[in-house]
Amino acid sequence: MATRQTHMLGRILIAPSVLLLFIWMIVPLVMTIYFSVLHYDLLNPGVHDFIGFENYYYFLTDPAFLASLKNTLVLVGSVLIITVVLGTLVALLMDQPVIGRNFVRLMVIAPFFVMPTVSALVWKNLLMHPVSGFFAWIATSLGFRPIDWFAQAPLFSIILIVAWQWLPFATLILLTALQSLDEEQKEAAEMDGAHAFSTFFYITLPHLARPITVVILIETIFLLSVFAEIFVTTGGGPGLQTTNIAFLIYSQALIQYDVGGASAGGLVAVVIANIVAIILVRLVGKNLET
Amino acid sequence: MARKRTTTRIVVSTVSAWVVGFIFFFPILWMILTSFKTELDAFSIPPKFLFFHWTTENYATVQERSNYVHHALNSVILAGGSTLIALLIAVPAAYAMAFSPTKRTRGTLMWMLSTKMMPPVGVLVPIYLLFRDFNLLDSRIGLIAVLCLGNLPIVIWMLFTYFKEIPKDILEAARMDGATIGKEMVYILMPMAVPGIASTLLLNVILAWNEAFWTLNLTTSTAAPLTVFIASYSSPEGLFWAKLSAASTLAIAPILIIGWFSQKQLVRGLTFGAVK
Amino acid sequence: MKPLYAALLGAASLVAVSQASAQTTLTIATVNNGDMVRMQGLTDDFTKKNPDINVKWVTLEENVLRQRVTTDIATKGGQFDVLTIGTYEIPIWAKQSWLVPLDKLPADYDVNDILPKIRAAVSYKDTLYAAPFYGESSMTMYRKDLFEKAGLTMPEQPTWDFIFDAAKKITDKSTETYGICLRGKAGWGENMAFLTAMSNSYGARWFDEKWQPQFNTPEWKATLTDYVKVMKEAGPPGASSNGFNENLALFDAGKCGIWIDATVAASFISDPKQSKVADKVGFAPAPTKGLGKTAAWLWAWNLAIPAGSKKVDAAEKFIAWATSKDYLKLVADKEGWANVPPGTRTSLYNNPEYQKAAPFAAQTLQAINSADPDHPTVKPVPYTGVQYAAIPEFQGIGTTVGQQFSAALSGSKSVDAALEAAQASTEREMKRSGYPK
Repeated sequence: MATRQTHMLGRILIAPSVLLLFIWMIVPLVMTIYFSVLHYDLLNPGVHDFIGFENYYYFLTDPAFLASLKNTLVLVGSVLIITVVLGTLVALLMDQPVIGRNFVRLMVIAPFFVMPTVSALVWKNLLMHPVSGFFAWIATSLGFRPIDWFAQAPLFSIILIVAWQWLPFATLILLTALQSLDEEQKEAAEMDGAHAFSTFFYITLPHLARPITVVILIETIFLLSVFAEIFVTTGGGPGLQTTNIAFLIYSQALIQYDVGGASAGGLVAVVIANIVAIILVRLVGKNLET
Repeated sequence: MARKRTTTRIVVSTVSAWVVGFIFFFPILWMILTSFKTELDAFSIPPKFLFFHWTTENYATVQERSNYVHHALNSVILAGGSTLIALLIAVPAAYAMAFSPTKRTRGTLMWMLSTKMMPPVGVLVPIYLLFRDFNLLDSRIGLIAVLCLGNLPIVIWMLFTYFKEIPKDILEAARMDGATIGKEMVYILMPMAVPGIASTLLLNVILAWNEAFWTLNLTTSTAAPLTVFIASYSSPEGLFWAKLSAASTLAIAPILIIGWFSQKQLVRGLTFGAVK
Repeated sequence: MKPLYAALLGAASLVAVSQASAQTTLTIATVNNGDMVRMQGLTDDFTKKNPDINVKWVTLEENVLRQRVTTDIATKGGQFDVLTIGTYEIPIWAKQSWLVPLDKLPADYDVNDILPKIRAAVSYKDTLYAAPFYGESSMTMYRKDLFEKAGLTMPEQPTWDFIFDAAKKITDKSTETYGICLRGKAGWGENMAFLTAMSNSYGARWFDEKWQPQFNTPEWKATLTDYVKVMKEAGPPGASSNGFNENLALFDAGKCGIWIDATVAASFISDPKQSKVADKVGFAPAPTKGLGKTAAWLWAWNLAIPAGSKKVDAAEKFIAWATSKDYLKLVADKEGWANVPPGTRTSLYNNPEYQKAAPFAAQTLQAINSADPDHPTVKPVPYTGVQYAAIPEFQGIGTTVGQQFSAALSGSKSVDAALEAAQASTEREMKRSGYPK
């Protein structure tokens, strides 16, 4: 019943949040656009020359830019795949009759509460350290050579840490979704002689489509700006192997103190984020329509 | 029972679930164990599991050096305050979007989410200048505003998904009976939406609790939450694993406990909208 | 601060109880290193002597502190009254008039007692802009027992060739004993601090007199080639993510034969509470290539007052207290001479009690005196600073170059490719910043 009156009312109700977000977005955005065409070096604050698109030119032609774009996409994509696939598997496992399921669930959700800086420090030094880390100890005990994580597979190491943080989130959402799946439906399917696999693919998986979409959307927002894990472990190196867009902009803003360059970079990042968002909505958005 | 639930199956699934759970939890467990070791033991090879010299000296040092209560209270105020205000703003907006959607609703939603995608470091200087001019640096109010606005898009979006699941017929029946919009929201919508609101609240408390960019860069001491507390133990010159582990254990303890107690709420609400 | 008092203070500040208005509250930003933490613990001594001054501490890890303090001072945010800054920032910030000159220090402060090299580093145009809290250089630390076992003796002044050779001889991968541990983690203050100091001894330089980057010179190639080679043969795994702390942990755990790094490390590795090899360490100067420069750097953490502060007098009082001779005495009385902040005052190194408590004192002093920030390299350069070039752009380019060099160390790039990329990125950044100026 979409009368004119309710539409009016709707606008009034949306207004505060739209207005606030608009201000929140537009004020810094205008300032950022303005700074992005200036030569604005924080350490040399007297000089604010207008330089047109030079900052954009330097950001986009920086050899680090393409590398960081690739790393960002690889990082987001891999973590999404790992958390969704492993999350589904773990959720399926915990949907089985498990003694002490509540306690297991407590253990599974815990990583989500840990601050990114702390988990990166713990992983880097207590677990992945090639000499004194826990993994190195396991490897040597079994007679293998320890993996030198951050030199041999730097990006993968970061993916691993980030995935550990987000896996609980995916698992829990998917688990609850599984538990709400109509038990009778599954049993009926099994009575009909359907294999476990076909039950999974024809009944369970379609049922999970919507929660998976939610997981993907929320995670993407946060994964695009992963920073602390990189900063603490590799500092973007070796070479550019772990520099993502967020880290690149960080290094412009707070290592080079180049406000102009960082502003240009920030705007480029927004454009990229929006492209990713549009692609995502195209790909998975139909699951959100009801 | 139609399905065979043999003992073997229960044993297998129980054991594997416990193993998986343990793997998830292990890094945190390891951190907690480390917090009771001496700095030297924290680095010993082969690692010491339980048979080391247990000590609480790291906690004593942390207690002596920093004002944990002050930082923890700030974290509670910032995370709680920003989430509550975000909810107050978001509930009406999500309500309107869910119950009288227009052509622009989806666009508005996507636009709101896209504001979240600006890397914060790109706007640090503009925000810092604004905060300086409005005298908001190192103030709780300023930070609450930033955290609230930062999470608002997610709050609105999550609430929107829940509200959409509520059958419209019920509301219309109430309206027929002469209920005003206000009453409609308080007496009918709210009770049905409570799980969704609760889980939105929890998720955002967790996100705000762990937010470590604005909280580090816009505070000095008065408004400084636990992220700043952690930053004073991370990576000094010298060995710091045990002390950092102790500080980290203290920093995540409150949110871990809140999270553990409320995880059922969290999950129920998260999936109310997500599960059809 | 006692826990209860601290809790009360926290609660009090939450309800915003205003203090008596005659009180001045100083907000002091500092690094979370041990010496500063100790200073924080001794605050009571200062407030007892100055009852009208309160002190609020903001203790942060180095990188966070640097970004906080720089953002604040550059935007005139006015959040801090006393800043802890490195020698790198002082000339740059003093030039911008961001710092208050410290020309009103009391007579008994004895400015002339500050070690001349450190004093030069904290001055700009002969005016003191910060007071040194502790100073450091770099030196060679090694395991006497491993040297003995391998039949080696550390010379008075080791050369790089000797170090490389010794590192290879000591290495025994089966017992996880690595001949040499050096910094490899990317960052202008991490691997580049070491590599820049090393390159100085090889006769290399960052820029020529016309600000042309010099990574395409044979000197840099020799530096990086030797570094990568010895680390491959005798270094620990994971070296490309090792900074100061990671190496310290390795050395403490008895995994390193030689470690060339900051002199402050000496007090950590000879402390039996955290080092397994405390009684087996020896010290020698940083190595040389026989070209007249060693690989010794120079750094100090200093206290300074931001321009525009309304509490200059109180801040100056605090700085005079924290960097005075009396403060050294105070720490010595409470925690022993071995724990006083090193590397700032001549009188400390003449103190027999300190010499006895700190076996590394003479070596540290010699290292500090051997570094020359005004003439850091064999060939002339347009910049000052030993392990850095004191220009605002250095943090950025240093970090980018550091990433390339850590790639060379991890083996994902060849030495030539890394140098080429370093040269290209530095040229680009310098051109963009408008050099030569």
